[in-house]
Amino acid sequence: MDLKYTPEEERFRNEVREWLQANLPAERPEVSESENMDEWMAFLRNWQRKLSDAGWAGIAWPKEYGGRGAGVNEQLIFTEEMARAKAPNLMNVSIGIELVGPALMHHGAEAQRRRYLPKILSAEEVWCQGFSEPGAGSDLASLQTRAVIDGDRFIVTGQKVWTSWAEYSDHCILLVRTDASAPRHKGISCLLVDMRSPGITVRPTRQITGETEFSEVFFDGVAVPRENLVGEINGGWGVAMTVLMHERGTSAIGYQIRLRSELDELMELAKRIEKNGRPASADPLIQQKLAQSFIEVEILKYNIYRSATQIARNGSPGPESSIIKLFWSEMDRRQKEVAMELMGLRSQLVRGSKGAVDHGRWQRAFLWSRAGTIYAGSSEIQRNIIAERVLGLPRG
Amino acid sequence: MDFGFTPEQEMIRGQAAEFFRRECPTAVVRGLMEGERAHSEQMWRKMAELGWMGLVFPEEFGGAGLSMVELSIVLEEMGRVLAPGTYFSTVVLGGLLLQSAASAEQKRRWLTPICEGELKATLALYEEHECPGPEGIRVRAENIDGGFAISGKKFFVPDAEVADLIICAAKTNSAEDRVTLFAVDRKLDGVNITPLRTMDQTRSLYEVSFESVRVDESCVIGSEGGAWPVIGRALDLAAVGLSAQMVGGARSVLEMCVEFLKTREQFGRKIGSFQSLQHRSADMLLLTESAKSAVYAASCAASDDAPDLPVLASIAKAYSSEAYVWIAGEGIQLHGGMGFTWEHDVHLYYKRACADASTLGDATHHRRRLAGLIGLG
Repeated sequence: MDLKYTPEEERFRNEVREWLQANLPAERPEVSESENMDEWMAFLRNWQRKLSDAGWAGIAWPKEYGGRGAGVNEQLIFTEEMARAKAPNLMNVSIGIELVGPALMHHGAEAQRRRYLPKILSAEEVWCQGFSEPGAGSDLASLQTRAVIDGDRFIVTGQKVWTSWAEYSDHCILLVRTDASAPRHKGISCLLVDMRSPGITVRPTRQITGETEFSEVFFDGVAVPRENLVGEINGGWGVAMTVLMHERGTSAIGYQIRLRSELDELMELAKRIEKNGRPASADPLIQQKLAQSFIEVEILKYNIYRSATQIARNGSPGPESSIIKLFWSEMDRRQKEVAMELMGLRSQLVRGSKGAVDHGRWQRAFLWSRAGTIYAGSSEIQRNIIAERVLGLPRG
Repeated sequence: MDFGFTPEQEMIRGQAAEFFRRECPTAVVRGLMEGERAHSEQMWRKMAELGWMGLVFPEEFGGAGLSMVELSIVLEEMGRVLAPGTYFSTVVLGGLLLQSAASAEQKRRWLTPICEGELKATLALYEEHECPGPEGIRVRAENIDGGFAISGKKFFVPDAEVADLIICAAKTNSAEDRVTLFAVDRKLDGVNITPLRTMDQTRSLYEVSFESVRVDESCVIGSEGGAWPVIGRALDLAAVGLSAQMVGGARSVLEMCVEFLKTREQFGRKIGSFQSLQHRSADMLLLTESAKSAVYAASCAASDDAPDLPVLASIAKAYSSEAYVWIAGEGIQLHGGMGFTWEHDVHLYYKRACADASTLGDATHHRRRLAGLIGLG
């Protein structure tokens, strides 16, 4: 057991750091809520192209698909350095790189890998995820969107919801029902769908933050070439499980670093805000709460490090990755509740208001923290997984 | 970076787990609880034969030269079975303090016999009023013809009746505001030991009063008045070690609960299939695994002599304390009426959890300390 990085890993870190210093764009568009999203997306595409040309996208991906072929630790280091430099994250990292990548690498055909993977890294193509439906949330296997085989193509009909970045996406990784008579988990297939296909309608959904980051997506007789099937017909549940496991794994280091830097900013805020005639930071109860958040954010880091070592040794994250997802999403909520408490009456004032603290950024973060415990498997689903698949308790 | 155990470390864990399962089943623990000192000389001998007394101490003083990571592994396995005895007092409280504070000659005098299993030690630090800093030390040592006479009272001294050597923190005339450590032979005149009755009977605590106890200069560990920074580091290591024991206890309670949930039936089904109980078990695992991460990170920091040891020690102690108490409490609840009986073991863990949580600084104390360390207040 050794928490120190090796000299090679430190060299890698320096290389990342130096590259970021030299190449991180000094100017970037102000982005807030849903304003000027087009400008922001263009900026992100350019930024990612730059990263990708320099070989920084897909650190742990194999070289033949445009990756760097490095290990999990290098991936951690790269993510840490990106966050430390406050560099904009890779575009679409959470779906293209972390979901579609593993799905195709584990289950896809070689032609699919060659066709799609490099363009994910270079940001030439952006991906969205079509899993949830109005009637299939936590109970994903009850999904109803149908795909019927018609010669050398599928015809897809149905509706997906909570699809992030659908408006800006080129492709969708889609779960569909291909056998209505089979048991629920055994009649699902996974398709790669061109978002410009005729018959697709995207309708943005307004969220509690006022933003429209996600959309409803309607499929009305959409033709999808048969070669776009991932894995076996009716084998989509296995693909979905691979994807969801990765969605909960070490990519959380990005959240960890964000949570840590937000905590640092909260501690600064506590020194600026006056309560009962003294800085809030001098209040013993506020100190206890901030210290607890510090404890949790540091432990999150070590949980992720342990998981990374497991991946490095065994190849893939186990169901234990549910612990990490549960941990960070729940602690995010607690941390933002402390932020609201710190601001007291001013916690009511949002961006644009006279007297708003830090331009209302904490209210936005507070509201967003309610999403983390729902998406990518709600806290309740994570607890089910931990109880049944890690602890081996009988199914409910 | 490799944040997992090496094959050698896994071997030590396997050996420790096997040893405690064989030598320290609940029947043995309960037997020792009924006795007066919660200590088994036989188990002590066997542990010494396995080389565990000297695990972390340098080879030149008779130890094995391993690190805090290996010590934490053994402590975790001890905590799993609630092993009574003076191992923690001797190795973690006494030994680690001697290791950082004593001169080479003193180490040969006291640390080497500890490594050989020939000497037991303990630390007399706390007094009547709970106070974690040097200002809490009121026991006095008067300078008297080339030596000292120690007077005053210490509370919460573990294993004082079994320890051969009591390390006592006191203040001398010539260094009034600063703390000096004295190595006091338990059998000296004026050392009076009174047992305290404790909720957790797997550990023995005592009041030790010193009535003009005469010691010579060679019994000053390190330098006169120079003990505090060293004590601070030793307490950090002890907090990590105690947290490792708490992790072990939390693991046991969780195992016990999962086993019960898989077998107990009510309403015609296994109660482990009820979601309310599944979710609480999931939270128990989350807390246990997270406490492990904190303890292992702090153990690595200790073995690397890293500057963030104080931060990591406080993180580990604060988090493990609350996790263990909550988990053991849930353990009682999940077992229903059986969990409230003397016969069932879960109350032993609950009591140990409460005792450990309050020892070496509770969660509130460590959060307060952390607030200072990270620049608040």
